[in-house]
Amino acid sequence: MAHVHFDNVSKSYAGGHQALSELSFEINQGEIAFLTGHSGAGKSTLLKLIMLMEKASQGQVLVDGVNLAHLSDGQIPYHRRRVGVVFQNHQLLFDRSVFENVALPLRISGYSSRDLERRVRASLDKVGLLRFEKKSPIELSGGEQQRVGIARAVVNKPSLILADEPTGNLDPKLSREIMNLFEQFNDVGVSVLIASHDVNLIAGLNHRVIALKGGRLLGDRAATVGGTDAQPGGLERG
Amino acid sequence: MAKQPLYSRVSGARHSKITTQSRWAAYVQHHKLTAMESLQRLLKSPASSAMTWVVLAIALALPMTLYVSLENVKQLSRSWDQSSQLSVYLKTETLPRFGQALSDEIQQLPHVRLAQYTSPEQALSEFSAATGLSDVVHGLEDNPLPGVISVIPNLDGMGSDALQALEQTLSQLRHVESVQLDLLWVKRLFQFMELGQRLVWALAALLGLAVLLIIGNTIRLSIESRRDEILVVKLVGGTDAFVRRPFLYTGIWFGLGGGLIAYALLSAGLYWLSGPVENLIVLYGSDFVLQGLSFGDSLILILDGVLLGWFGAWLAVARHLAKIKP
Repeated sequence: MAHVHFDNVSKSYAGGHQALSELSFEINQGEIAFLTGHSGAGKSTLLKLIMLMEKASQGQVLVDGVNLAHLSDGQIPYHRRRVGVVFQNHQLLFDRSVFENVALPLRISGYSSRDLERRVRASLDKVGLLRFEKKSPIELSGGEQQRVGIARAVVNKPSLILADEPTGNLDPKLSREIMNLFEQFNDVGVSVLIASHDVNLIAGLNHRVIALKGGRLLGDRAATVGGTDAQPGGLERG
Repeated sequence: MAKQPLYSRVSGARHSKITTQSRWAAYVQHHKLTAMESLQRLLKSPASSAMTWVVLAIALALPMTLYVSLENVKQLSRSWDQSSQLSVYLKTETLPRFGQALSDEIQQLPHVRLAQYTSPEQALSEFSAATGLSDVVHGLEDNPLPGVISVIPNLDGMGSDALQALEQTLSQLRHVESVQLDLLWVKRLFQFMELGQRLVWALAALLGLAVLLIIGNTIRLSIESRRDEILVVKLVGGTDAFVRRPFLYTGIWFGLGGGLIAYALLSAGLYWLSGPVENLIVLYGSDFVLQGLSFGDSLILILDGVLLGWFGAWLAVARHLAKIKP
């Protein structure tokens, strides 16, 4: 079953800006894919539709077979708990520790403190930041902050992870490390969708690439079977 | 510290089950945590919090001060109730035995402390004794005085309505010519107290509204300053109730603090006044005792603060949170 299903989806904002036009694609359970295109191509809007930060003007978005248009306002929080999101500016709260930042989704979901501590530590351990749990995020480097953001996104064990320019402000080496983390989550069956305009980084990884331009689907290139070196030329750029 | 793999089963990238019991425990735990955090947040900026608390305290204390004053006046007037007396004049042709019977009947009415019949003869002799005009009185062909029943009501602060109702009842009885309220000023006092009571209510309503607005505005600022946090909480699946919670607790803390300070202000004020009032009472030889806040009143004062705080916060949150959409 498709994990994420876009069926002829359009999104226009008040004022007439058309962010997405007649977009159709599917992401399968356990798949990892890049979403690429210039800024303004509609990458963020697409992710926002999956997160229900916006609603589609036309067409249908289905996640796990559920039509998001049918969710009531009260159900939206529960939908969001099943999706882990990593933001470009990581959206960490500087008034609390790294531990509390990662614990936030669990506190919201109603975990007891014992389960919560165990899970937060497992999550921080996964991104290699367990030793920083008591620090404030402001004391960490950009790459470390982004990894805290990832720890927060996965602490609830979502089956789908969305990332909006997760390597936007990072150098290639750090970017590669971040991508490795996403690959590791994908290895245990998590579906991952990463929006990025970093063509070089994408080219170095053999994953499916969904390209957008002006809100339309420009190209959809599957990962080459068994290949380690992807062909960046296979992706049309406009 | 036991490390556990985050995703333990390869295929099981799924939500683990949370039992209702642990969810409830976590819910209670989160309430405690939020309450403590909200309080700590207020104490972190002590100057501005204290200012808000004092403003709230004044708004809460003002109607309560009026209320306490009114209660004291009421207590004072209770002793005056006894001196208010109704004179029931009977028709001239009423025989003394009917007058006595009527007096006994009136004695049985509610709100009557004492009814005493004075026959025309008694009245005349009392009159002649009091005025020293016995010669003139003896010269009279007929006794011009009617029989009178003196009624001392037992109203115990029930207000002028009860007094009026009693007057009405008495005037409709058989043999009764007219009823005269001896102390009109008691009636007036009751009216003034009723006016005072309404004033207390009006003031309480106005200042209650002020408390709501003060708290609403404070919470609005707090929401603005925590905008980022609200956004993140909403994005990782926080329900509206979860987002609202810290602000409601902030409102409750403001209300509680305001109520407690109002209580302290009132108590201090009463203590400050008690000396002069006592001296005054001694001079008047009255048994009046300055009434402070009763336990119930204090509780109501503090509880009102808490409720208004909570409600004000709720209004502000309902209004402003809707605007923060992720």
